[in-house]
Amino acid sequence: MGTFILRRILQMIPVILGATFLIYWMVFNLGDPTVGRCGERPCPDAYVAKMRAEYNLDDPLPVQYAKYMGKVVQGDLGTSFNGNDVAEELGNRWPTTVKLALIAIAVEAVIGIAAGVIAGIRRGKFIDSLVFVSTLVIISIPSFVLGSVAQMIFGLRLNWFPVTATAGTWQQLLLPGLVLGALSTAYVARLTRNSLVENLRADYVRTGKAKGLSRQRVVGVHALRNSMIPVITFIGADLGALMGGAIVTERIFNVQGIGGYIFHAINTKDGTAVVGTVTLLVLVFLVMNLLVDLLYGALDPRISHD
Amino acid sequence: MTEPLADAQISAEPPTPEHTDKPRSLGSDAWATLRKRPTFWVSAALIFIMIVMAAFPSLFTFFSPHPELSYSELAKARQPPSSEAWFGYDNQGRDVYTRTIHGARSSILVGLLTTLAVLLFGSLIGIISGFYGKWVDAVLSRVGEIFFAIPLLLGGILVLYTFPSDYRTPYLLVVGKVVLAIGILGWPRIARIMRSTVLQVKPNDYVQAARALGASPGRIVRSHILPNAFAPVVVVATIDLGAYIATEATLSFLGIGLQPPTVSWGIAISEASGIGFLRAAPHMLLFPSVFLSLTVLAFIMLGDAIQDAFDPKSR
Amino acid sequence: MRGRTRLMAVAGMSAIAVIAAACGGGDGGGDTAGGGTDEPGKQGGEIVIRGCTPENPLVPGNTSETCGGDQVDAMTAKLVEYDTETAEPIMDLAESIETEDNQNFTVTLQQGRLFHDGTEVKAHNFVDAWNYTTAAKNGQAGSYFFGAIEGAAEISAEGAEGEEMSGLEVVDDYTFTIRTTEKVSNLPVRLGYSAFAPLPDAFFDDPEAFEENPIGAGPFKFVSKSTSEFVYEKFADYDGPSPAHVDKLTFRVYTDPKTAYTDTVAGNLDYTNEIPQEYLIGEAYKADLSDRALVKPTGRFAGIVFSPNDPQLKENLQLRQALSKAIDREQIAETIFNGTVTPAHGWAPDVVDGATDEACGEYCDFDPEGAKALYEESGGYDGTLTLTVNADGAHTEWATAVCNSIQNTLELECLMQTTPDFATFNKQIDAGEIQGMFRTGWQADYPSIENFLAPIYGTGADSNWSQYNNPDFDQKLTEAASAEGDDANALYQEAEAMLGEDLPTTPLWYPSTVVGWSDNVENVNINVFGVLDFSAISVK
Repeated sequence: MGTFILRRILQMIPVILGATFLIYWMVFNLGDPTVGRCGERPCPDAYVAKMRAEYNLDDPLPVQYAKYMGKVVQGDLGTSFNGNDVAEELGNRWPTTVKLALIAIAVEAVIGIAAGVIAGIRRGKFIDSLVFVSTLVIISIPSFVLGSVAQMIFGLRLNWFPVTATAGTWQQLLLPGLVLGALSTAYVARLTRNSLVENLRADYVRTGKAKGLSRQRVVGVHALRNSMIPVITFIGADLGALMGGAIVTERIFNVQGIGGYIFHAINTKDGTAVVGTVTLLVLVFLVMNLLVDLLYGALDPRISHD
Repeated sequence: MTEPLADAQISAEPPTPEHTDKPRSLGSDAWATLRKRPTFWVSAALIFIMIVMAAFPSLFTFFSPHPELSYSELAKARQPPSSEAWFGYDNQGRDVYTRTIHGARSSILVGLLTTLAVLLFGSLIGIISGFYGKWVDAVLSRVGEIFFAIPLLLGGILVLYTFPSDYRTPYLLVVGKVVLAIGILGWPRIARIMRSTVLQVKPNDYVQAARALGASPGRIVRSHILPNAFAPVVVVATIDLGAYIATEATLSFLGIGLQPPTVSWGIAISEASGIGFLRAAPHMLLFPSVFLSLTVLAFIMLGDAIQDAFDPKSR
Repeated sequence: MRGRTRLMAVAGMSAIAVIAAACGGGDGGGDTAGGGTDEPGKQGGEIVIRGCTPENPLVPGNTSETCGGDQVDAMTAKLVEYDTETAEPIMDLAESIETEDNQNFTVTLQQGRLFHDGTEVKAHNFVDAWNYTTAAKNGQAGSYFFGAIEGAAEISAEGAEGEEMSGLEVVDDYTFTIRTTEKVSNLPVRLGYSAFAPLPDAFFDDPEAFEENPIGAGPFKFVSKSTSEFVYEKFADYDGPSPAHVDKLTFRVYTDPKTAYTDTVAGNLDYTNEIPQEYLIGEAYKADLSDRALVKPTGRFAGIVFSPNDPQLKENLQLRQALSKAIDREQIAETIFNGTVTPAHGWAPDVVDGATDEACGEYCDFDPEGAKALYEESGGYDGTLTLTVNADGAHTEWATAVCNSIQNTLELECLMQTTPDFATFNKQIDAGEIQGMFRTGWQADYPSIENFLAPIYGTGADSNWSQYNNPDFDQKLTEAASAEGDDANALYQEAEAMLGEDLPTTPLWYPSTVVGWSDNVENVNINVFGVLDFSAISVK
């Protein structure tokens, strides 16, 4: 187990290098960041020249990348175009994003699994159809509609939740978290239900029943545990996606998180900010997937990490 | 359908290689099961209608009051449904009915092609890394993580900035670019899930037995792993189908997806989705959303039916 | 924030009063100004208004977009400031600005005016700041505003090492002189633009510390910034013409104007500088905010450029006329903008001095038969006509409507095309890649008809997207520049009339600025450039 974890941590190094280079190359291809920064007028030549020098924009791609990584190794993530330190900015936004993602994950895990289990056990009954229809509705409403409608109804009209979440407190982030987790909840509910239905038909369930185990024990311990692997995989992979992919939700609720930051950075073709942020996201993915792989072993002892 | 633990169909043993060697193959077995399911037929009918709509939209519009896709009359903007325009008019005074029918092609193409591409590629990678493990798994998984960590929007923007389209670009090429942009970041999730089920199925006695008996990897995958791994992958893929149609809308909204005169449900939904529009003219959002829902519904139902039919535990 | 230049005001603003009379039609949401300015607002209190993330550090001379510009405006004092209603210049840091020949100016400063760090504003603070901003080696975005001063060209050329303009000279602590290259009769009134703000000695000691903690001499003093908020407080020692009413002014960052609007309706935000188009439909914003909204014509212009790289359009005046006549500007203004834009009949909005809004004449009137006839005569357009806009600026709806109008009228296939962002749009124009038509917009640097002609249609001008090249037009502009008052305006109008004959672009409309505020504040007003009067706003 120890060597397994160590090996995975060592594997992270080439992944980080590959990811940063890939992103650097992509942002490099986005076009000239010095264009269009001065409104309908072209920017003064001297302004453009200074910016190009300051951010090494005239160097060839590998040189730019090497200069950037040289700083990163020393713990300096660089400065974005508006003069803010990228590391500091990420440090400020990180807690909000983590909170938001945790709420969303909690929503999808709790509501999703619960709905899936109920629907799976009561397969074909009314409650199963209800869960099905609810998930269908969530899937067909894009998040930008769901978010602004929820904000309108639950925030503005009913006053149940704060309208926006600028300060990023847990209470403010509740509604955005619900919205963010909605689509994933639909995935989790359907995954749980279908895995459970399938496992309930498996021979060990019948064996268990034949042995006189209570239905609860059969469903709860054996079938459910076996159904959880795809669900856990999905949720684990989702945590990372929720952090970087909350762009729409963050906009609607004015959450000052990573998603909005990366969107602004892409718009201004601010390579330093994009690469720093995505590197952080890659790290989160690596760690999450490692945790999920470890969880497999706990859920199904036959899966070994040799 | 109604009895969760119905056992009539459940065979005493899980299938072994001997089973599948018999004349009744997995496929024909599944077809026999499938044929008996009403949900299968309902979903097949829905999908058939949608595909006909996508291929020949004029079959559905020639009798409408405004059969021309380019029809627009600004003075009628946002008028609610009436006998003159069954689904009402949109913000530009265009006929929502005609645009919804014509929107089927792009939406279904993008949704279906992306889902298929992601499904095939993701499954392949997932099976290989789960089956072979060791360094193969390490390399493929880590590569997947790189793509996974790039937010979908960023990836889409990057791909479509690199390969921009305009109205002269052939239609299928534009669709292809959108599919590529969404698909290139979508496959790792399917791969992860496929890998996890392979890991779960692989230690089973019957798989180990088959390996010991010298069955080829391809055969083991086909006979044992695929049927078992099918369920979660299909669930995710069918929901992805709907999500991809919405993602296309986001990309088009940002000016990098489909370009006019191409219409799609996603574009119609994103154009109609502001609260201000929703208050003034909810029909603009309602109709394309309903068509999108029906399509997703059909594919989810089909997925469920096929999954039941192919599930080795149910036979 | 994209596609807008910062604003700069200039003299002769009595013509502003014309706004109300000339612009009466079209502004369906024409509320009167917020709280009026008759009653003095309450002192004290705290307010939160919409802000956005500045693209550059908050150095006045390096701020060229509205996000940072708004904050710099609140924080800095300049030689002159502008009256909110009339845009007439009022002496601020200057005691007087005198000239005999419109080329040599003597500026005398008020004594005792302080920067936020307690140091006094002196003549060298201006001269040093202006030299710094202009010098190429400092690469400041605002350098072109100093172009008229003698010696600016020498030190602002790329690669130039010079640091001082020969046209600036410190006489004593409270006096300095400006010499311009040519006669610039309106120089004094340009000096209210924030790039002309003085910089304290602290800036030159440590520019990086200044970027973290900017210092001005304006009514609001910088306190702190975070990811989501920029906090300012009332500057207690401010002794100028516009002291702040509120004690604390917070700019809260809202990425999405819709969210800012919703928070304003909810009472969480006191002022938003933009009401999104969708809330204009059916006047939904009035239901939400009742009388707490303001629609005000500001110095903005929107039009369409006939691509100079499209020979079919470039060579065919009748075709351009036909296209111009085929656009139903009234209907689009009504349906898409709910009357918050005024259909244009000229190239300069009539809120600016000298503009008559008639140069386009019949070619800006929607006339389906006339357009069709002209189109037939012109020989038509081969292929698909496109109208290109940038997707990041809320242009797609009106552009689609314009294309539909052309298509319905002329039975010519017209398609709206988008570029993902303004930078790409700009790049494609510079590279001459766009065929068909594309959008153009202009926002007054200073409210004079000249500002809507010279920088956009002068041969070789920076923003001459239509590559308009007419020696007679250039000649008229030169003549006008040397004339004064009504004589100058008459000459500018003659130049504008040439645009009406040649139609290098076609005018669409003059957009108004639409803002809203919460129940907590009053005395809300915006100036002719659409920016909030930060000093006047007060809590209830």
